[in-house]
Amino acid sequence: MLQRLASLPRSRQIIVWIGLALVLVALPFIDHNDSHFNLLADAGVYVLLALGLNIVVGFAGLLDLGYAAFFAIGSYSYAMLASPQFNIHVPFWVMLFLASGIAAVFGLLLGAPTLRLRGDYLAIVTLGFGEIVPQTFLNLNKYTGGPNGISSLDTPSFFGHPFGFASVPYYYVILALIGVGLFAAYNLRDSRLGRAWMAIREDELAAKHMGINTTTAKLAAFAFGASFSGMAGCIFASKLNLVSPDSFQFSVSVLVLAMLVLGGMGNIPGVIVGSLVLFTVNFIFLPQANNIAASINLHVDFTNYRFFVYGFILVAIMLFKPEGLIPSQQRRAELRAGHAKTEPG
Amino acid sequence: MHNVLQQLVNGLSLGGIYALIALGYTMVYGIIELINFAHGDVYTLGTFFSLAILGLLGVSNQLHGTPLVIDVAITVIGAMILCGLVGVVIERFAYRPLRNAPRLAPLITAIGVSFILENVMQLWRGPSPVPFPQVFPNPAWVVGGIEIQAKQMMVILFAIVMMVALQLFIYNTKLGKAMRATAQDRDAAQLMGINVNATIALTFLIGSALAGAAGFVSGVYYQSTWFFNGFNAGLKAFTAAVLGGIGNLAGAMLGGFLIGLIEALANLFPNGNQWSNVVVFSVLVLVLIFRPSGLLGESLPEKV
Repeated sequence: MLQRLASLPRSRQIIVWIGLALVLVALPFIDHNDSHFNLLADAGVYVLLALGLNIVVGFAGLLDLGYAAFFAIGSYSYAMLASPQFNIHVPFWVMLFLASGIAAVFGLLLGAPTLRLRGDYLAIVTLGFGEIVPQTFLNLNKYTGGPNGISSLDTPSFFGHPFGFASVPYYYVILALIGVGLFAAYNLRDSRLGRAWMAIREDELAAKHMGINTTTAKLAAFAFGASFSGMAGCIFASKLNLVSPDSFQFSVSVLVLAMLVLGGMGNIPGVIVGSLVLFTVNFIFLPQANNIAASINLHVDFTNYRFFVYGFILVAIMLFKPEGLIPSQQRRAELRAGHAKTEPG
Repeated sequence: MHNVLQQLVNGLSLGGIYALIALGYTMVYGIIELINFAHGDVYTLGTFFSLAILGLLGVSNQLHGTPLVIDVAITVIGAMILCGLVGVVIERFAYRPLRNAPRLAPLITAIGVSFILENVMQLWRGPSPVPFPQVFPNPAWVVGGIEIQAKQMMVILFAIVMMVALQLFIYNTKLGKAMRATAQDRDAAQLMGINVNATIALTFLIGSALAGAAGFVSGVYYQSTWFFNGFNAGLKAFTAAVLGGIGNLAGAMLGGFLIGLIEALANLFPNGNQWSNVVVFSVLVLVLIFRPSGLLGESLPEKV
């Protein structure tokens, strides 16, 4: 069904998106269970992360294994600039942009020296970056609260109405951010820059010979991807009201990557579906499975199989359906090309 | 000054373990240009296999004389064979089908395999550190105020012996020649009658077996391990391989020892051990910026 949706003309697709948006906006008026919106808001954070990583991995074809680092930078920016920690209280709405800007700057700082290198070195450098950022936050006790993190962050407010403990306001903010993110992602994809990314992804050398400044284009992908992550981090921190270094482990980067791979790298609807499916499996299905197992006296902790789920998705999808469950036609052709070749190349 | 010399000794033995792991990274990268992210986990698997074999042999404390030699030999060889087989299986099922796919694809499966192995180890031996028996008698010598433990000497010697054996194998045997030819040009090697698939499988067998040996050595050295151990060690070993010049065996060895020394010297600073990862990755980034071909490597043009 979603594949048919993807092949609809642009105007119809927009109608579908608007319809979906109206349903999601109306939802809190129908369903009054706040815990549902707590989950939906958390899922939305992952959708935002996946949309951002999709720009780097899906559009530009650069494997970023340290994406959680930018998420951490966004979260800690909010925690340090909107809390009693240093007694600085920048308003939430300003912080949303500031956090994504700070993350983008770090994206540029990491990218500038490394993006001239071959693709697989980039993977390992980003992996290292993803490792040292949380460790730095952990070690800088004086500024970041060390292993305890920073707590009692400022509660956002909307025209003087504080968000309070309800999840619905966060849900709306995340919904709005996803809307903005979608608009940005679609427009970036269809822009001159987006076409440059895809040319680089398909053949970097050829793209360079066509006059594309590959370093600038790759840096832009890195910065845009990081800015999504920073924004997601800001809202994540404000919703949780606390940040700590354990929330940004390597497994977060791999989880988001698995969401992309599952849904279909490079295809925006695919990425959204992939992130929602994997979020459901990871945060709803596995804990539920524990309860069910316990009720029949079976003592298995299914949440211990999380890594296995991520790993299995990455391997199985790349081997059998590298374009993901809901592929973009173009990406499908590229990724299948290698499978069709018989001679070693 | 004593402190510095002491850390140099510690760093060299630490580096011996990194060097053994780095050899596997560099061999695999040299032949199929893939960062085998699962390699660090194969190394941890080596420690767990050694532990299991020692368990089967009923060894739980120090050995002396003949039983020491026999049991250690069985354990090391067993761990090497098991890890080698794991490496071959990984290559066959996760990497070979993607050999002609875009570069991104095998990198993603490599991450996936690494996560699967970590989860399997977590389920097998639990999430907390597992103790490793002190198999060797571990006398220490004090030379000019610096303590040198027997196991530190063992790690360094073991790494050097393995590296020399590997070098002899690659430069003096027909199979080694086949490996070098495949690394240079896979198509041409095939045209010359080399079985490319078998040669790549052999590379994984040897690389993973070395990781298995490193796993045993690290068990003896640290006397404990846990399922996530390979993640950090693997990253550092990869950094070592890049520092030495990826694809270059002597470089991997040199890089391993240097990374060990850098990490140990970082310990001289207050709270230095908290920053060791940061220091090592800064080294990685600096090497990649200023000398991407590494210390001993030659710069290769990107294959088209």
